[in-house]
Amino acid sequence: MSAVPTEGAVDVAALRRWIDAFAGDVAEHQEELTRLDSAIGDADHGSNLARGMKAVLAALDSERPATAGALLKRTGMTLVSTVGGASGPLYGTFFLRMGTAAGEVESLDTAALGAALRAGVGGIVARGKSELGDKTMYDALAPAVDAYDAAGDEVGAALRAASDAADRGRDATIPLQARKGRASYLGERSVGHQDPGATSAALLLGAAARTLG
Amino acid sequence: MKKLINDPADVVSEALLGIAAAHPDLGVDHQNKIVYRADAPVRGKVGLISGGGSGHEPLHGGFVGPGMLDAACAGEVFTSPVPDQVVAATRLADGGAGVLHIVKNYTGDVMNFEMAAELVTADTGVEVASVVVDDDVAVQDSLYTAGRRGVGTTVLLEKITGAAADEGRDLAAVADVARRVNAAGRSMGMALTSCTVPAAGQPTFDLPEGEMEIGIGIHGEPGRRRVPLAPAREVAEMLVEPVLSDLDFTGGDGALVFLNGMGGTPMLELYLMYNEVAKILQKAGVTVVRSLVGPYITSLEMAGCSVTVLKLDDELLRLWDAPVSTPGLRWGR
Repeated sequence: MSAVPTEGAVDVAALRRWIDAFAGDVAEHQEELTRLDSAIGDADHGSNLARGMKAVLAALDSERPATAGALLKRTGMTLVSTVGGASGPLYGTFFLRMGTAAGEVESLDTAALGAALRAGVGGIVARGKSELGDKTMYDALAPAVDAYDAAGDEVGAALRAASDAADRGRDATIPLQARKGRASYLGERSVGHQDPGATSAALLLGAAARTLG
Repeated sequence: MKKLINDPADVVSEALLGIAAAHPDLGVDHQNKIVYRADAPVRGKVGLISGGGSGHEPLHGGFVGPGMLDAACAGEVFTSPVPDQVVAATRLADGGAGVLHIVKNYTGDVMNFEMAAELVTADTGVEVASVVVDDDVAVQDSLYTAGRRGVGTTVLLEKITGAAADEGRDLAAVADVARRVNAAGRSMGMALTSCTVPAAGQPTFDLPEGEMEIGIGIHGEPGRRRVPLAPAREVAEMLVEPVLSDLDFTGGDGALVFLNGMGGTPMLELYLMYNEVAKILQKAGVTVVRSLVGPYITSLEMAGCSVTVLKLDDELLRLWDAPVSTPGLRWGR
């Protein structure tokens, strides 16, 4: 039985376009992400995430998941299995929780997509024990889900609001002193640098706004 | 930066091919990038596994063998292994008495080992205990950092805990020895140069001629402060002082002193540094009963060194002296 498509809903094909777009953005910004990570981390964020997203595309091509939940969970499992570092468990947990929240459905309406995004961000907080202002990807994602929920019923407008908020959250990490991850070892010397995780998280929301709206 | 590599993407897998070729007494799972004792699992013995990003060789794969680790998983350069690898290594090492995970305290390593322990316990019922090594005094242990990093003490801990597992102790007792070693060891490192991650192709940070970085990590993370280059005797003071101020030697315990090379510093300079460190310790009234000098936990081709001081009671000393047979450490049999 196939679900009746809902007006403005995000279906499996759209989610796949989102993953494709994010993979493309990560590949395009790989050097920038690695350069940001060199300043306050260990110079591998771009290459690790690019490797993981390449593996995700291969897994989705061979498996062709039929539901939103299956596609998102396969994405998460593949990232956990291929990325390593902190970004593997964090991005992996994001997609796994998002997939669990989305469920075995063929499309998500604005509210269901918002709930799934929020569940994914909740997974990052649980795994990374991060708080706002720690200078992590959460500083881009937390304002993004809040902006999404505040933007109303139209999924495109909600995602554009989320993407804009993620960009501002990313920029707002620059003056922060890192309290999590390897950047925290630098203490005050982490101030003045944009967080690479918040940067890739803003790419994730930017890709969503372009492809799911 | 010139490197002896083929393709940057193949550095880790091709190095593992070399380990397999050079050490027939070790097994290598190339799919999961695991080095393991060819006779693993050892029935009835607690299995010891560790792992981490590559680029720190001989840690951890070079410490696999009788008297030390049963298996080690290799992540990408400076990137922790993924849970699948840790799960596979845990299964290889499980001889029915449980498996101890030795994890260096880095956010990624801790998360991936945590996920693996959850998975393996749920899927197989293998009993897993974890010990997190956090001995780097360069990092303030506070709510505002990820905590102290795991550095030089890791090598000593893997050796001593391996000997405890060889004696047939149970998982809780082996984990207890590991925690005692971690509690008794402190380290501090410094760098003269940065290092270059093969996939990045550029030095991780710039360190001009005439300057050095004090309080460096083992991943090319910049250190706590950058200071003008100084003579070895002054560098030794900068490393030993924070270590000693964090360890209590009033009980008359002896010390194991580990002068570690970061990968790009010759043994000549490491021994010169060891002499400076030994003089400072003697002045401070610390009795050095054992030493280890050489590049054992490295940071690719970084030039520099770290000093680890481990307080040794009689039991830890006996376990340190017990036979070990690995590519990286070998004595007594």
